[in-house]
Amino acid sequence: MAVDSTGAIVGSRLETALPRIEDQTSDLLDAMAASLHFEVASIPVVATGYGRKLVRRASRQVTEITCHARGVFELLKHEGTLVDVGGQDSKVIVIGPQGRVIDFTMNDKCAAGTGRFLEHTAARLGVNLEEIGPRALGAPREEAITSTCTVFAESEIISLLAHNVEIGPILKGLHRSLVSRVSAMVRAVGIRPPLMLSGGVARNDAFRVMLGDTLEQPVQLPDEPQLMGAFGAALLGLSFSAVGAGFSLRE
Amino acid sequence: MNPPPPPPSQISNIEPRKSGGLSLISVASYVFNYQLVGKPFLAYQRHQDERKLKALKQKPQQLLAPPLVRTARMKEMMSRHYLQARYANGVRKVAWVTSGAPVEILQALGFVLIYPENHAALCGARKKAEEICTEAENAGYSRDLCSYARTDLGTLLSGKTIVGRLPRPDLLLCCNNICQTVHLWYRVLASRMKVPLVLIDTPFLYEPAQPHQIEFVKRQIEEMIPVAERVAGKSLSMARLKEVARYSKDAAELWLEILNRGRQKPSPITAFDGFTNMGPIVDLRGEAETVEFYRSLLEEIDERIAAGIPAVKGEKYRVLWDNLPIWYRMGWLSKTLGKQGINLVASDYTYAWGELAPMMDVEKPLDTAARVYLHPILNRSTGDKLRSMKRMVKDFDLHGVILHSDRSCKPYSLGQIDQRDRLTKDLGLAAVLLEADHNDPRAFSEEQALGRIEAFAEMLH
Ligand code: SF4
Repeated sequence: MAVDSTGAIVGSRLETALPRIEDQTSDLLDAMAASLHFEVASIPVVATGYGRKLVRRASRQVTEITCHARGVFELLKHEGTLVDVGGQDSKVIVIGPQGRVIDFTMNDKCAAGTGRFLEHTAARLGVNLEEIGPRALGAPREEAITSTCTVFAESEIISLLAHNVEIGPILKGLHRSLVSRVSAMVRAVGIRPPLMLSGGVARNDAFRVMLGDTLEQPVQLPDEPQLMGAFGAALLGLSFSAVGAGFSLRE
Repeated sequence: MNPPPPPPSQISNIEPRKSGGLSLISVASYVFNYQLVGKPFLAYQRHQDERKLKALKQKPQQLLAPPLVRTARMKEMMSRHYLQARYANGVRKVAWVTSGAPVEILQALGFVLIYPENHAALCGARKKAEEICTEAENAGYSRDLCSYARTDLGTLLSGKTIVGRLPRPDLLLCCNNICQTVHLWYRVLASRMKVPLVLIDTPFLYEPAQPHQIEFVKRQIEEMIPVAERVAGKSLSMARLKEVARYSKDAAELWLEILNRGRQKPSPITAFDGFTNMGPIVDLRGEAETVEFYRSLLEEIDERIAAGIPAVKGEKYRVLWDNLPIWYRMGWLSKTLGKQGINLVASDYTYAWGELAPMMDVEKPLDTAARVYLHPILNRSTGDKLRSMKRMVKDFDLHGVILHSDRSCKPYSLGQIDQRDRLTKDLGLAAVLLEADHNDPRAFSEEQALGRIEAFAEMLH
């Protein structure tokens, strides 16, 4: 994600992370620079997320917790509780009045609480990732998935399929399982309303609706929820540097 | 027919092993290996270590202050202790004990004491625990079992250790004031090694100890004395017991004073200094040399204060560490935190070995033992632990708390989510939960730990 000197988004690119992060991020930067006509060396680059330390050309590294909070605060313009469910982990971040992180908790130990859980099981069901949300929402009933582990859930699904259970209710049950894990994390930190959502899974309607219902809170969503970490990183980069002399972070 | 009720003393398998007599070969080996060769060698090694540490002290300080020079002495004391133990069978009686057991009685009876928990921690710090734990797992012990227990059982089954060899015990003394794991663990030891086991059962304290609870523990300690005397082959001298109790109290008081130096700003010490130097207060309490050691350690810390040397250069944030250390990642953790200007100035774990010092009355060693061994932090309610943490936050003027959620140590980790919640909400502190294990590196992920620590630091900034 790139922003101009006023903090407005001027370009972004999204790719699945490859094992060779150093080369991949380097190529990404070059491609951005070429299309937006800037010199990489002349602008501040902030890297975030897993592998942030491997981005050679970054002038600074900031954790995705701070970056997500910053990005969402800038767009939605208020404090609250941010739920970020990504492919690798999930986090709940309490954002204070100035966009600062007041508290956070995260699950980075178990795939069953992350987007990977849906991705993995959707693949098992042979359903496209884009379709799982609508199909779960449209299901007339729900099949309980009791396994608390991604791998065991997969066996459970296979057994349900073998018993001719329809895919919709299974998908809904899978979403329920993820939602209940994430809402437990939210409750553990304590909700400071409103509830906001970012990360790849935010694009999934079923997750958003079911999470809001479970926590009895309306859920707000920024545009491009998946890019909030990168957006926050870009803004922080601007605030750290001389290029952004006329720019200040929202308070 | 119903089985007879268990004896009130909780003493099982009372008959001591027959083979416990003095053996000439053992004595010769003890004298040669320990007294003639080992001791002078360790003294020489300490001398060398001290020279190196003194040289480090002369260099300009980088991020972290160099290790305290007295650490060399601690190393010598601990190595000597394990060396003596290694050759003790057939010469002196050996007891294996839990960290929170009333050891003063055994010490007064001349036992050589082995603390399997401390031995396991040493193996952990030297990055050998994973291999040893695997030995226990291969024998069927679950990975959910505390990694101290797995390390100890692994050593027992495979002989693998970093201290050469652990001596066979003549007596086992287990006090369940830290957890219930030790109870089952020591039963395994007793049945595998066919040794008498004394269990001191300490009721959990939801509120301050009641007189009947103290009496209950005291009676068990009284009942343990004749058993220990039979194994030791001599009777307990009250005068000697009082002397040992005096050393224990003096050492605990000095330890508390040392840790309280962390209240200085900037602090001359870190919790890592505490972790590194806590061996003697656990393993060698009740000995004159331990008192002497902590006195000299305190002196060195005071010299640091006088010279204006901070433990972490540019200390910005003062943080409390909750729970056991991550033994195999101490160096990494201290650097990672130091880079962020964070100093762990206090830890409730090291504090646990000093905070009860005021309770000790050396004139009444048995009453004292009952009272003191009822009160370790792990035998008190989670609310009480929270109050202790809050007191430390105030006394040490802290900005945040890192709560190590220790996969192994359930009693220490239980309640941490609520404790974290109260610390952030009531005191407005930054607090983070760090998931790991004190001895098993397989439960630790560097990338994830780093993410949490850095996010915690960004919250403090
Ligand atoms: S469970 Fe905790 S208290 Fe018990 S032995 Fe293990 S580390 Fe010690």
